[in-house]
Amino acid sequence: MRIKEHPILNFKAKDQVSFSFNGKTLYGVKGDTIASALHANGVKKLSESIHLKRPRGFYCAIGNCASCNMVVDGKPNTRTCITPLEEGMVVENQHGKGRV
Amino acid sequence: MKQREVVIIGAGPGGLCAAQKLLEGGAKVCLIDRNASLGGQLIKQTHKFFGSEKQYASKRGIDIMEILISSLTQYGDQLEIMTETSVVGMYSDKVIACVKKDKFFKIQAQSIILATGASEKSIPFENNDLPGVYAAGAVQTLMNEYGVKPGDNVLMVGSGNIGLIVSYQLMQAGINVKALVEAAPSISGYLVHASKIRRLGVDILTNTSVKRAIGSEQVKQVEIWDLDPTWQGIEGSERILDVDTICISVGLAPLTELLQQLGAEVRYIKELGGNVPVIDKRYETTVKGVYACGDVVGIEEASSAMVEGKITGLNALEDLGYDIRASRLEMKALHEELKFLRDGPHAAKVRAGYLKRGMLT
Ligand SMILES: Cc1cc2nc3c(=O)[nH]c(=O)nc-3n(C[C@H](O)[C@H](O)[C@H](O)COP(=O)(O)OP(=O)(O)OC[C@H]3O[C@@H](n4cnc5c(N)ncnc54)[C@H](O)[C@@H]3O)c2cc1C
Ligand code: FES
Repeated sequence: MRIKEHPILNFKAKDQVSFSFNGKTLYGVKGDTIASALHANGVKKLSESIHLKRPRGFYCAIGNCASCNMVVDGKPNTRTCITPLEEGMVVENQHGKGRV
Repeated sequence: MKQREVVIIGAGPGGLCAAQKLLEGGAKVCLIDRNASLGGQLIKQTHKFFGSEKQYASKRGIDIMEILISSLTQYGDQLEIMTETSVVGMYSDKVIACVKKDKFFKIQAQSIILATGASEKSIPFENNDLPGVYAAGAVQTLMNEYGVKPGDNVLMVGSGNIGLIVSYQLMQAGINVKALVEAAPSISGYLVHASKIRRLGVDILTNTSVKRAIGSEQVKQVEIWDLDPTWQGIEGSERILDVDTICISVGLAPLTELLQQLGAEVRYIKELGGNVPVIDKRYETTVKGVYACGDVVGIEEASSAMVEGKITGLNALEDLGYDIRASRLEMKALHEELKFLRDGPHAAKVRAGYLKRGMLT
């Protein structure tokens, strides 16, 4: 779900960045955050509420609400909306509070 | 621990303009932002700005951002920029705790300028936590910064300027805006923005709100209903719209938590967005050497954030012992400029807020 045509902005084709999400290989582009790359792949559920396990997506996209927390390269509670996507990153849905 | 002369937290229009004045005056500046790029809210604003000529009115937010950032590049080592760095704590002795990736470190600052901006509010309704319910600014970031569509069919909630502008920008990105609901009896943003989206066929429904979002893993539909004059939903008026995105634009709240940690006084002023720092005319908080500017002192606009940033920067410079006599006239003009920006009917709320603050001259 990438925007192809826009009257003001110019979204040029950018280099692909591959990463793994829950064990599957997905592709984002250079300049993406983890959350934007997932969203472009149709993945909206990023985390779960701690007690009732309700699905959560991003909400603020400025690193302020923790709704987008995921496990990235083994590190829990990574705010994926402000974390730039990097080649080979291992991204997983987070269950519970996460342990370090 | 790192020692720094001035630390500015937040690199939106407020923080960038404060930095500019401090650098011009010869101070060493450390500019921190949790985002990967500078610019704050401006980074996603593809529309032309209102405001005054001096504050780049009729230029697009993204272009103003370029101007502000490029004016800082000439300063070399005098300016240290830390991006992807979140400030997570502040202490009364002006020690700032930061996290960058998985590194934690502290900075001892002589002066601190807080320009952290604001966060978007939400409203209560059933299933408002489902993926697909997003803040309007977040949708704007996703579209305009990353080029990703939030969904295909959107319900916009809130008719302030942000709701109206983001609706238009959604359409520019080829996304269908099914309707815009507003709980109040009238549209709260500028009429020009409202007419623009009306002309493109978007229904603006006043006295209407969201009853619930429908879906299990993500939003599939939304149920809206009419509100009576006391803002209670009217049974029997419910109707369902097929949308995959509910965009919430119901106002912003200043990000003052860090100031509170440090012991600076805050006060609830509804018209300015909620808890705001107690400041004097020099934009200094109740803690000496700690200043605040931009949306964090009261929800306003980029234009006023820029002017406040400059005023704050000059005052911080003076308190650090730099000679700012040459800037007296400039300071006066900046205060005049703020007055001008806060004039007129659209700024009535801000004026009411500043009246409560005792800062309206
Ligand atoms: C859709 C929309 C349309 C708008 N249209 C206009 C317009 O036409 N004209 C106009 O004048 N204004 C407009 N505005 C308002 C304007 O964008 C804001 O008032 C302005 O950006 C506020 O500037 P600021 O510097 O205070 O904060 P921001 O721009 O919000 O910047 C704050 C910065 O602080 C950083 N930060 C926050 N907390 C931390 C932390 N703990 N650690 C590190 N960094 C942190 C953030 O990452 C951010 O970069 C609009 C806003 C929106 C959302
Ligand atoms: S969406 Fe709010 S922190 Fe990432």
